[in-house]
Amino acid sequence: MHQAAPGIKLVAAVLLVTFTALLPRHLTWLYLVPTVILLVLWPVCRMPIIYGLRRLLVAELFIVGIGLLTLLHPTAAPLFLSALVKSNLCVLAMLLLTWTTPFQQVLQQLRRWYFPTVMLSTLALMCRYMPVLGEETRRMTRARASRTFSSKRVVSWQNVALIIGQLFVRSADRAERIYLAMCARGWK
Amino acid sequence: MLLSCEREPAGHNKMHLPDGFLDAKTALLSSGVAAAGVGLALRQVGASLEPRRMPMLGLGAAFVFAAQMLNFPIAGGTSGHLVGGVLIAILLGPNAAILVMTCVLMVQCLMFADGGLMALGANVFNMGLVNVCGGYFVFRLLQSVFRMGQQRSAVFAAAFAGWFGTVLASIFCAGELALSNTVPWSIALPAMANVHMIIGLGEGLATGLILLAVLRARPELVAVQQAPRLRFGSGAIGYGLLICLGLAVFVAPFACPWPDGLEAFGRRLGLPARSISAPLADYHFPLVGSPIAATAIAGAVGTLLAFVAAYALARVLVPILGPSKKDASAGH
Repeated sequence: MHQAAPGIKLVAAVLLVTFTALLPRHLTWLYLVPTVILLVLWPVCRMPIIYGLRRLLVAELFIVGIGLLTLLHPTAAPLFLSALVKSNLCVLAMLLLTWTTPFQQVLQQLRRWYFPTVMLSTLALMCRYMPVLGEETRRMTRARASRTFSSKRVVSWQNVALIIGQLFVRSADRAERIYLAMCARGWK
Repeated sequence: MLLSCEREPAGHNKMHLPDGFLDAKTALLSSGVAAAGVGLALRQVGASLEPRRMPMLGLGAAFVFAAQMLNFPIAGGTSGHLVGGVLIAILLGPNAAILVMTCVLMVQCLMFADGGLMALGANVFNMGLVNVCGGYFVFRLLQSVFRMGQQRSAVFAAAFAGWFGTVLASIFCAGELALSNTVPWSIALPAMANVHMIIGLGEGLATGLILLAVLRARPELVAVQQAPRLRFGSGAIGYGLLICLGLAVFVAPFACPWPDGLEAFGRRLGLPARSISAPLADYHFPLVGSPIAATAIAGAVGTLLAFVAAYALARVLVPILGPSKKDASAGH
């Protein structure tokens, strides 16, 4: 599955998610179709079971949060159950897509589909620098934590805000350097 | 993947819709409006953004993503994180902010399976367009109306705009859920709006604090500083129209007090009209006539409280920390 063309996987995921999300709002045998497809694909994609279950559990927070609201609908029980099943199936489909398809490949595919260039370069830069800024955030948090001896909430709010502010300043400076580096390599 | 392991904050915001809660027409409508908004932002950015600011879009998106990893402690061991739409709009300007938030939502969806694929349009519309444009507009309005020192009015306006943007987006989210006939409007609006009036306090406070931190360190980086006057160009009019369109489609059919309009709207869309209005009929609020009226009152009181809180925050915060030297030099 990892070798399959990213375009096909992307289209298949969109189709599967659309089909699942448009199923009728009570549990019917139709729900078995995406369920079976996904349960067959899971081992084919070689996604670890623990990993998948853990990611599903994280998504469950969102799903149940909104799902609880549907309980107040006149036809509560079937609606709640079907929404729950639908959401989980869709999340599973997306998990399989993200597990088998690196985001770089998705980007290349979007480029082939004439996605706007500005968005593409923004997405590419974002993916490149997300781990860098994440690491920088962790470093600053650690440095701040080792220098702050107060556990007051007011202090920690100010500290987190200062870290994020500093992070923005560093990102802006980094963007400046990236621009110069891009120009030096003949960009535009 | 390391990033994804650590991105499991306790207090998720409910606005990030997963798949399975929107029906086809709502998903299509919201995707259409979102696509129009992003297209407009792309045109504006292509026309006005200087090339040297181009990498800042990508870094801004990475910045929002990294900032969302940091948790602000709330009472009782829970914590929440920033959404950051209004903050990035103030820092980079609204056109860039729409693109940045769209990219953040796309990566969350396609890289971390976080937020639905079919609901992506709705999420981009709520958090990319409504949150950013609504918050930014209120920010500029307040900043130009209340003149009390540059930093102070900026912090006040940012804190209130952060709150306002969150609540506004949650109302649109409630409208989308109601239009999908997933959650009745009489439940969705109070639940979403009331919860987000509280969540928004955190967002507003964080927005104000972070903006102050950036203003004190490097005021020249804030986009607002470079465009001192609010101008209604074609962009502002376009965004305004799109949000009004969203308001008309997602919110107005329910907020409209005449049952005829509601039923006519439902019939036009081929819905059985009773299925929408039935929950309104049998749901009674103890003190005030209807839950919608109660929410409206709660909304008015909440807005007033948030306004006063943002004002107090700005008054307290800026003198205590003292005006920095950079403010004095940038203030002329």
